[in-house]
Amino acid sequence: MTDELSRRLLRSMIRIRAVEEAIAERYAEQQMRCPTHLSIGQEGPSAAIGEVLLPTDLAVSGHRAHAHYIAKGGDIGALIAEIYGKATGCAAGKGGSMHLVDERVGFMGSTAIVGGTVPVGVGLALSRAVARKDGVVCIFIGDAVLETGVFYESANFAALRRLPVLFLCENNLYSVYSPLSVRQPAGRSLAAVATGLGLEATSGDGNDVVSAHGLLADAVARLRGGAGPQFVELATYRWREHCGPLYDNDIGYRTPEEFEEWRVRDPIARLNETMIAAGTIDAKWLPAVEAEVAREIDGAFAAAAAAPFPSPESAYQNLYARPAGPEATTWR
Amino acid sequence: MAVTSFASAIRDGLATALAQDSSVIVYGLGVTDPKGVFGTTMDLHKTFGTERVFDMPTSENAMTGVAVGAAIGGLRPVLTHQRLDFALLSLDQIVNNAAKWHFMFGGKRAVPLTIRMIIGRGWGQGPTHSQSLHAWFAHIPGLKVVMPTTPADAKGLLLESIFDEDPVIFLEHRWLHNTVGEVPDGDHRVPLGSARRLREGSDVTIVSASLLSIEALHAAEHLARQGITCDVIDLRSVRPIDWPLIEASVRRTGRLLAVDLGYLTGGLAGEIVARMATTCWSDFRAAPQRLAMPDVPEATSPALTKDYHVRAEHIAAAVGELVGKPVDVQPLVAARKHPHDVPGDWFKGPF
Repeated sequence: MTDELSRRLLRSMIRIRAVEEAIAERYAEQQMRCPTHLSIGQEGPSAAIGEVLLPTDLAVSGHRAHAHYIAKGGDIGALIAEIYGKATGCAAGKGGSMHLVDERVGFMGSTAIVGGTVPVGVGLALSRAVARKDGVVCIFIGDAVLETGVFYESANFAALRRLPVLFLCENNLYSVYSPLSVRQPAGRSLAAVATGLGLEATSGDGNDVVSAHGLLADAVARLRGGAGPQFVELATYRWREHCGPLYDNDIGYRTPEEFEEWRVRDPIARLNETMIAAGTIDAKWLPAVEAEVAREIDGAFAAAAAAPFPSPESAYQNLYARPAGPEATTWR
Repeated sequence: MAVTSFASAIRDGLATALAQDSSVIVYGLGVTDPKGVFGTTMDLHKTFGTERVFDMPTSENAMTGVAVGAAIGGLRPVLTHQRLDFALLSLDQIVNNAAKWHFMFGGKRAVPLTIRMIIGRGWGQGPTHSQSLHAWFAHIPGLKVVMPTTPADAKGLLLESIFDEDPVIFLEHRWLHNTVGEVPDGDHRVPLGSARRLREGSDVTIVSASLLSIEALHAAEHLARQGITCDVIDLRSVRPIDWPLIEASVRRTGRLLAVDLGYLTGGLAGEIVARMATTCWSDFRAAPQRLAMPDVPEATSPALTKDYHVRAEHIAAAVGELVGKPVDVQPLVAARKHPHDVPGDWFKGPF
């Protein structure tokens, strides 16, 4: 781990958190009119993989995708504009928070059905294998994806064809309000399940971004070396409610004590303290980065607020890439 | 131009596409097996290699998502299901991803994907091997849905589907696989969204698709001998539907019979009747009618399917009622020499 890489990891996490905090702070203004799932507290895995993947590698994700999109290099202005429903959004206002795309950097799409993009990622890898193109595909999943049938089907096919796929599983313990204890038998290891499917699997601490980076770099190096599909499970925790800007430790599905246990394992504070102790940065470095990203984010919000809404006609456009008949143009 | 079966025309279309464009891949359960999906994919892997033509795990949902990903990644996948009913496992990927990807990401990327589904019937196919749920797929914005009737249209629509930029649900009726007709050589195309008039007449417009267009032709021929002439419109595409052709015919005949392989309630026939009632109301000389599957699943025993399906005699009788002339349908019944649960003497089971 070089000092430069450590700084990049820390900076990436700060930037992701600042975007998410800014969304949370302004959500009550009612200008971001779509369900929004924040990654505050669980920035580690995204920052780590962001420093491993190349722009030519591909990624797909699910409903909680802001951090993945940002880490893959996605345009923050287009992200905020998309959440604002503006024409300048990354999906031109058709997608919102849960449908993000920035093909320029290989972020091929996130969708809102749990597990829905898992086979899409495998198919992207298949297309590259058939065309004999290099590169890996990162499929961002959460723990709940290991309860969907499509994951098992997709992992099996990836293993069968030895496709260059990384299943990056952020295990944040909850599917909405449902804990793992009501979703998986006690003591089951998700990585062991993945191993049983023929994936090469490892587990680690997603809030220790340096070690997470090591696990992911190793897995991706194995993929680039021709190994079969990889699975990396990283333990982490979302601080805010499942969907929305607030804290919800008071409603009874998890305890304030549990939250506090995870909060003190804040991936940003941990790395910041380690780096200060090692003399890699001083105490002024983090606030300076925060100020710098705040300027970028303020700019993104101002641009999103000022951007035009998409034209009413565009609600009916882009249904087909090649329309075969007259298209609908109104509610009639 | 060669005379071939519908199944051979499908194989011809696949081979033509595979030869023409290296981005075309063909897969599905049984695609490379010794029977080659009723002959439609027979030995294609021997010519084009198992990297492009391959069998797959019994994972309909994921393999549909894989096809979506492959299409986004630059390939033109053709996915095959030996029964439409099996493809129901993949509705999430079809409806939420394939149909919406282009739209929900603001038109960034097309999904050129063809999904073949085969509709079964008779010989005890029963409740879960015989459904024609084209209306479900036609209900979904973002999908195109085709149902060829003739071998030439099977090839032409398949090639057009494969080289289209959008997801196409391609529905083949199992009972059409052994029908024979002239099929143009080479890259023969039939545009999506265009219906075809199979027979001209002035008394009644019959709108049908797939196997029931054959039944409609038998009925129309019989009716012509009794002085009743019918326009028989073979839809070919059920999304989009060629409304101008149907409308022009209905305005001329003033009578409409919509014939449908799907269940009666919420179906294609209802859509056609509704659309024509709203656009051609003043042209109607009789209330528009429809014939479709009853609102019960197909049972398995041959004793229970005898009067379940729409046949030429039902179509002829319905046309007779529309024009107010009783039609003797017994010759149509008598002309059928084979048992009711097979498409012809060639069919000896098992599926």
